[in-house]
Amino acid sequence: MCRSMLWLVAACVAWAQPKPPGAGRPATAEEIKDRDITVFPDGRGLPAGKGTAGQGEKVYKSKCAVCHNDKGEGRERQYPALVGGIGSLAAQRPVKTVGSYWPYATTVWDYINRSMPFDHPRTLSADEVYAVTAFVLHLNGIVDAARELNERTLPQVLMPNRNGFVPDQRPDVKAKR
Amino acid sequence: MRAYGERSPYETTERVIRELTASPGTGSSRTPHQDLFGTITPSALHFERHHSGVPGIDPATHELLIHGLVDRPLVLTMDDVRRFPSFSRTYFLECGGNSIGEQSGNTQPDVQKSHGLLSCTEWTGVSLALVLREVGLKPEAKWMIAEGADAGRMARSIPIEKVLDDALLVYGQNGEALRPEQGYPLRLLLPGWEGNTNVKWLHRLQFTAEPAMSAKETAYYTELGKDGKAQIFTFVMEARSVITRPSGGQRLAPGGGFHEITGLAWTGKGKITRVEVSVDGGKAWADAVLQEPVLSLAVARFRFPWMWDGKPAVIQSRCTDETGFLQPTHDELIAVRGLNSGYHYNAIKPWQVSADGSVTHV
Repeated sequence: MCRSMLWLVAACVAWAQPKPPGAGRPATAEEIKDRDITVFPDGRGLPAGKGTAGQGEKVYKSKCAVCHNDKGEGRERQYPALVGGIGSLAAQRPVKTVGSYWPYATTVWDYINRSMPFDHPRTLSADEVYAVTAFVLHLNGIVDAARELNERTLPQVLMPNRNGFVPDQRPDVKAKR
Repeated sequence: MRAYGERSPYETTERVIRELTASPGTGSSRTPHQDLFGTITPSALHFERHHSGVPGIDPATHELLIHGLVDRPLVLTMDDVRRFPSFSRTYFLECGGNSIGEQSGNTQPDVQKSHGLLSCTEWTGVSLALVLREVGLKPEAKWMIAEGADAGRMARSIPIEKVLDDALLVYGQNGEALRPEQGYPLRLLLPGWEGNTNVKWLHRLQFTAEPAMSAKETAYYTELGKDGKAQIFTFVMEARSVITRPSGGQRLAPGGGFHEITGLAWTGKGKITRVEVSVDGGKAWADAVLQEPVLSLAVARFRFPWMWDGKPAVIQSRCTDETGFLQPTHDELIAVRGLNSGYHYNAIKPWQVSADGSVTHV
């Protein structure tokens, strides 16, 4: 067979392959576990661990208070308050905080775990994240000082604004010509 | 000759930077629309909004992990991403918090401060739906959680319908690689949806049956109404327009004469079909000319010839999109939404032209 015929056969075979571009490599279970940090409202994704507000206070004072202030009151025009505003959402000047606005305790854990402390994110241990979450929720009067938060109890915490969200209502504004 | 070009030293327009906290990397910078022409935002002037700074990522080591409710979890390198068939589209990108203060009466003095969290770019990348054929989505996959490789690992949950409709994995911005501030080397692009969902420095896509309820989709980017309830997952940017010239802070030669009124209109629901301009405070309106071609989900440039009589005047624009949506006035908007929803404010913005030619916000 002449060379051009061989080339033609090879090209036809390549063309006929049903396989996709074949880009990338399979992800291993280990690397997925390593990189997947998502925590869901039902608690899926939470690692084993535990902490109380009492334990969290120490961590908070050394790693969080520099921005969010000693009692979670924040710093004006700078770092957001974590505490207060419960019941204010329909008021003329609503105060949106972890306590008054955030619908899920798991979101608090997830955000501290992935993003905090701002200058050293993902340096807290799972126990420290449970403890700081407990402390912030305790400052808001949502959990008792002695209550242990862990991967089972955290999703059971009922946040004050749990039912405060509704789906997209738009187009809601109807302008007149 | 210069190996990488710079603008003329006489041209000095730039973004204005506003940090939200004393920690750098938490704020925004805004596009100077008052100084720009046409529809494309130069990459160096594209607005920025960061939540945990700008990571410096070596593309040779960057990986995108796709996992969750898929048949074949996959890791893609940047070389892998670029092997897929590419295409380019021009889309606007607008922060969900653009003009956030205008609603509660904190009106900004110039269009850069009031509307500068909007830009428009020719993006190049690959169809996410095409890439997902490699992993095989399971039928239970209803949401995609997109996560960035910024310090805070910012994450948003995206409904699967949008993912399969027109979502892009983008690596090109106006013909060259993405700027670091725009997500280098890889970002998610969701045409017409609020900027925050267009996750930058994209390194993980997780397919799930339900949303994650991440901080940025619950505590932030939700819209608190008058009744104390907040709308959640308000993704689409509704139609709006603004006059960029003459606009706040600019000055016309006093005494009247010809001036071109020009500005931008855009909608997250497709094409702008009409822009009208009023030069008498909103009593009479006349059609502006839309620069062709008007692209779907991109900004449209409009122009309106104005013979100014030299007397004080209030000028403003309003737009209509292909769904028939008409841009509301400030009063019409707050009558429905109150003063505190903040995000997605899209009302008409009037500018006051005084007899001395100065232009100020109303």
